[in-house]
Amino acid sequence: MLGRLSWSAIPFDQPIIMGTCAVVGLVLLAIFILVTLKGWWPYLWREWITSVDHKHIGVMYMILGLVMLVRGFSDAIMMRTQQALAAGHAAGYLPPEHFDQIFSAHGTIMIFFVAMPFVIGLMNFALPLQLGVRDVAFPRLNSVSLWLTAAGVLLVNLSLFVGEFARTGWLAYPPLSELAYSPGVGVDYYLWSLQLSGLGTLLSGINLTTTILKLRAPGMGYKRMPVFCWTALASNLLIVAAFPVLTATFAMLLLDRYCGFHFFTNDLGGNPMMYVNLIWIWGHPEVYILILPAFGVFSEVVATFSGKPLFGYRSMVLATMAICVLSFFVWLHHFFTMGAGADINAFFGIATMIIAVPTGVKVFNWLFTLYGGRVQFTVPIYWTLGFIVTFVIGGMTGVLMAIPPADFVLHNSLFLIAHFHNVAIGGVVFGVMAGMNYWFPKAFGFKLNERLGKAVFWCWFIGFYLAFMPLYALGLMGATRRMQHYPNTHWQPLMLVALAGAVLILFGIALTVVQIAVSIRQRQANRDRTGDPWNARTLEWSIPSPPPAWNFTRLPNVERTDAYWHMKEEGVSRRELAGSFPDLHIPRNTPVGVFLAFFAVILGFALIWRIDWLAAIGLVGAVAVALWESWKTDLEVRVPSQEVAAFERAHAPLVHDVPSVELETVVSGAGS
Amino acid sequence: MAATEKLRAAAHAAMTFQRPVRTAVGHWLADRASQYPATRIGSILLGCMMLASCHEGVLDPHGPVGQVERVILYDATTIMLAVVIPVILLTLAFAWWFRSGNRRATYRPDWEYSGRIELIIWAIPALVILFLGGIAWISSHDLDPPKPLESAKTPLEVEVVSLDWRWLFIYPRERIATVNYLVVPAGTPVHFRLTSTSVMNSFFIPQLGSQIYTMPGMTTQLNLQADTPGAYPGLSAQFSGPGFADMQFTLRAESGDNFTNWVAQVHERSAVLDEATFTQLIRPTRGASELTFGSVPDDPFDMVAHGHLATLWSPKEAL
Amino acid sequence: MSAGEQALAGIPGVPLALRGPAPVRVVAGFGFWLFLLSDVIIFSALFATYSVLSGATADGPSAAELFDKRHVFLETMCLLASSVTCGFGSLAIHRADAAATYFWMGITFLLGACFLTMEGREFASMVAAGAGPSHSAFLSAFFTLVGTHGLHVSLGLVWLLIMLLQLATLGFQPMVARRFFCFGLFWHALDIVWIGVFTIVYLGAK
Repeated sequence: MLGRLSWSAIPFDQPIIMGTCAVVGLVLLAIFILVTLKGWWPYLWREWITSVDHKHIGVMYMILGLVMLVRGFSDAIMMRTQQALAAGHAAGYLPPEHFDQIFSAHGTIMIFFVAMPFVIGLMNFALPLQLGVRDVAFPRLNSVSLWLTAAGVLLVNLSLFVGEFARTGWLAYPPLSELAYSPGVGVDYYLWSLQLSGLGTLLSGINLTTTILKLRAPGMGYKRMPVFCWTALASNLLIVAAFPVLTATFAMLLLDRYCGFHFFTNDLGGNPMMYVNLIWIWGHPEVYILILPAFGVFSEVVATFSGKPLFGYRSMVLATMAICVLSFFVWLHHFFTMGAGADINAFFGIATMIIAVPTGVKVFNWLFTLYGGRVQFTVPIYWTLGFIVTFVIGGMTGVLMAIPPADFVLHNSLFLIAHFHNVAIGGVVFGVMAGMNYWFPKAFGFKLNERLGKAVFWCWFIGFYLAFMPLYALGLMGATRRMQHYPNTHWQPLMLVALAGAVLILFGIALTVVQIAVSIRQRQANRDRTGDPWNARTLEWSIPSPPPAWNFTRLPNVERTDAYWHMKEEGVSRRELAGSFPDLHIPRNTPVGVFLAFFAVILGFALIWRIDWLAAIGLVGAVAVALWESWKTDLEVRVPSQEVAAFERAHAPLVHDVPSVELETVVSGAGS
Repeated sequence: MAATEKLRAAAHAAMTFQRPVRTAVGHWLADRASQYPATRIGSILLGCMMLASCHEGVLDPHGPVGQVERVILYDATTIMLAVVIPVILLTLAFAWWFRSGNRRATYRPDWEYSGRIELIIWAIPALVILFLGGIAWISSHDLDPPKPLESAKTPLEVEVVSLDWRWLFIYPRERIATVNYLVVPAGTPVHFRLTSTSVMNSFFIPQLGSQIYTMPGMTTQLNLQADTPGAYPGLSAQFSGPGFADMQFTLRAESGDNFTNWVAQVHERSAVLDEATFTQLIRPTRGASELTFGSVPDDPFDMVAHGHLATLWSPKEAL
Repeated sequence: MSAGEQALAGIPGVPLALRGPAPVRVVAGFGFWLFLLSDVIIFSALFATYSVLSGATADGPSAAELFDKRHVFLETMCLLASSVTCGFGSLAIHRADAAATYFWMGITFLLGACFLTMEGREFASMVAAGAGPSHSAFLSAFFTLVGTHGLHVSLGLVWLLIMLLQLATLGFQPMVARRFFCFGLFWHALDIVWIGVFTIVYLGAK
């Protein structure tokens, strides 16, 4: 009746999990009660849950990422603590059955449910604003993508309380992930939650690529797009090209596990090496999907806060698209030690190094943007400088391991762990934090607290070095990854330093939450009434903060790169948009996203536990929701011209008229 | 002169150059440390890490393969640091000099392109990569794991089977076998053939050099040599399940005579690696200890390598 | 006047990239193209896997022993013919001719259903002969590659029925016409994938 599900699936005998369950349950209950008592449900449903507005969807992605960062980081702290304790004959406090789930969950969550939502969230929020248009190409699909990602999040978190998670590492190599060696539901949770969120991501990739290529303000040719839009284009092209490989590969593993197929099994001709190749054909572009938008954020930030255009625009675009294409030619460097032979290893090693060239070019271009500028040391610039310093070290260790014989002694060691955290934290996390602080005033109409922002930066920056420099040393000393315990007691001091670093980063994460809370409290004092608190260069800063649902009352006419900067220089005021305002049409909100995700969760859960009737309900429900939505013909809401006019009138006196191009420090305001 | 020998000579030259550089850096650090407490703590940490890394593991190789690999690590790092360190310094310098409060700096609000600078910033990474690419091509071929080592001596043949969760070493010519340790003659190359009974593992002795995956139903090859007698720790570098962390083993290199004596002693042991024992051996076991088998009547390696003796785990064993 | 202003004023001759947001039909079509490309990549992964595993017959039947090329030829003709009729159906939609649309799309449906029936029979006979997908890696790869194509055809047929229903209930609205256009793209793309399938799988059988 209930497939493989029974009461024994709930780990009543594990205090850590039960405690977490209790805390999470209480927090959710408290939130539910608060929202109900305050009568916020109609507002939340109308403005957020059913929203198809890219700005709201972007914010929800960021919230999702932040919440999952807490979960993924708890895993990290547990791993660091275990490794700090389990030296010599000590066993630590996490037996292998749990430790193995924790490191698998850590990687899976950080990549798929923290980094991807953060990056997609930033792109969702900023792209239509930078392109000078009203929304993305497919707003309803955008909502579906968000909620499918949330469905994946829910399933992954459910695995903590009902059943177990995969014990295979975040990429679930066979034969270990095959039924013969992972008979439980863990790998199934992993596969189904990632198939769901992967579908959401693919749809997002299609959506944003179409937006960038087909929806831009009049006059905005490709060479007049902001560099962030170029990096987002490259990233989304990679999503469209790479995620189908992940879908196909996971489908094959699922067929092995559910239907007794033999793609990757040990017997009857299965070939686990095929999985390794396929998964990394996805896996390598995936890391570029994450880093390219971060590069884009840094380009925007460094130009804005140097008061200069980005140096070498064309070079940056060329470098970005080169990275996009080359990222498909390097996947084998993840398994040089699998024995492909010298010619193949050397080819892929050299191809990997070639990618370092356009990346190096980007770093130099950022440097020369700073040169000759008037650099304002705002929080985003802190993150940018921290990024350049940190990322080049990570890039260096990456090129080092691209030499196959060097990789022969470093593969899968803590040196590798240090390398990819170096580029992931130094690149992606720092970029997301910079973007968050940069665009927060645009989204909410007030700035984040500067002093706390800088404290957050220092916690992450120092914490990162403390946590990962010892891991470089440990890797050279022969320590491999994923060890639940290790024999050499003299490795322990370095593990303790790494734990200290992780704790410092934890403090930084806590401070981020504090920063947001304090900034909300201080929002009147930090209110941005101009729409352009940074004296910036691109179109999103030409509209009020927060923007109206329709973004631009009239689509701007773009004549060159850094369109808004030149509008300011030439004295094009928003008030010149006077005259009669038209009726505007914006996409109508719809619950199709949340309903689809609801049935997707049911379907996923039922498939994991092999409850056939429940899976049928999930599938039928999802199809029914899609069909019901597809019959709708009234898809737009008319915003009457009076409302548009009223909005413009309300904001016109507050938008500062074309500032003269004399630069002043704009980083001021109470609470900094 | 063989390529390996050339690289070794280069290694020696590089090492003798490295030492004065390291001493100079050490002096500078000590000087800084005395002035700033934060720098003091930082340099202690850095010093610990540098020292610690130097006496074990990858930076303390005891064989020709590991030695060449260490040279590659040092040389590639040094070349790249020549770019990375200036970039870091320039970043901080530019940001500081061109800070908005500094009116002495020239503000160039429209400077966004320079052909000459473009040429240089494409050329610098390209040249570095060209050089490192050459190193990658040559060294990938020289250090290809199946490639035999240059030596006048006949290689010792060892067959490696990764089990759950321990290592089985079979000496096909001597017809003996050991678990979780192996003994080889120092100064003699060892030719490994490797496979697995269940899931992927990776055979790795950091102080001797390259690792290689072991995969079920497949055979991989590796050639290593321990130059000096000693005990070299080994491990699995590819996660393989709940007992993964227990897969520690030791390679003991003995002088030629000691090795022959050891083989003779093992032959006198009564334990036999026959089919029944092998079936027991491949059951999932945690925290296993060392075993020695005096005779191996029927070498199971080829059967395993062709996928005929794969182990399956019961759900309890998989936990 | 700048290009943007010309575009806003409706003056012709402005390059596409500068004309501002594209019309809905172009946006929808382009997005669907991207989706089709992503689908092609799924098939590429399956083709690559099939190529690698095609020799892994595990002492069971091999490709040459199993495939009936005449049968496949008939299937192919059905599918290709259905593409032609789909094309006529698209012309009918363009003319807003409901009767012709139902007729031609109806034949498309029948031809597609023929294809599926024949493929289903082939699969069933293989399973009955002990050559089901769980018998070797080669067979797993075969059933998955060809089966995924068949799944797409099935979903296409369901989609076609829904579209005809939408035509009946909503009429020739732009939204309905756009969706038929996307369906046409989908159906022709499946044809192209099938050409890959019968070339690599059936004609390349050893």
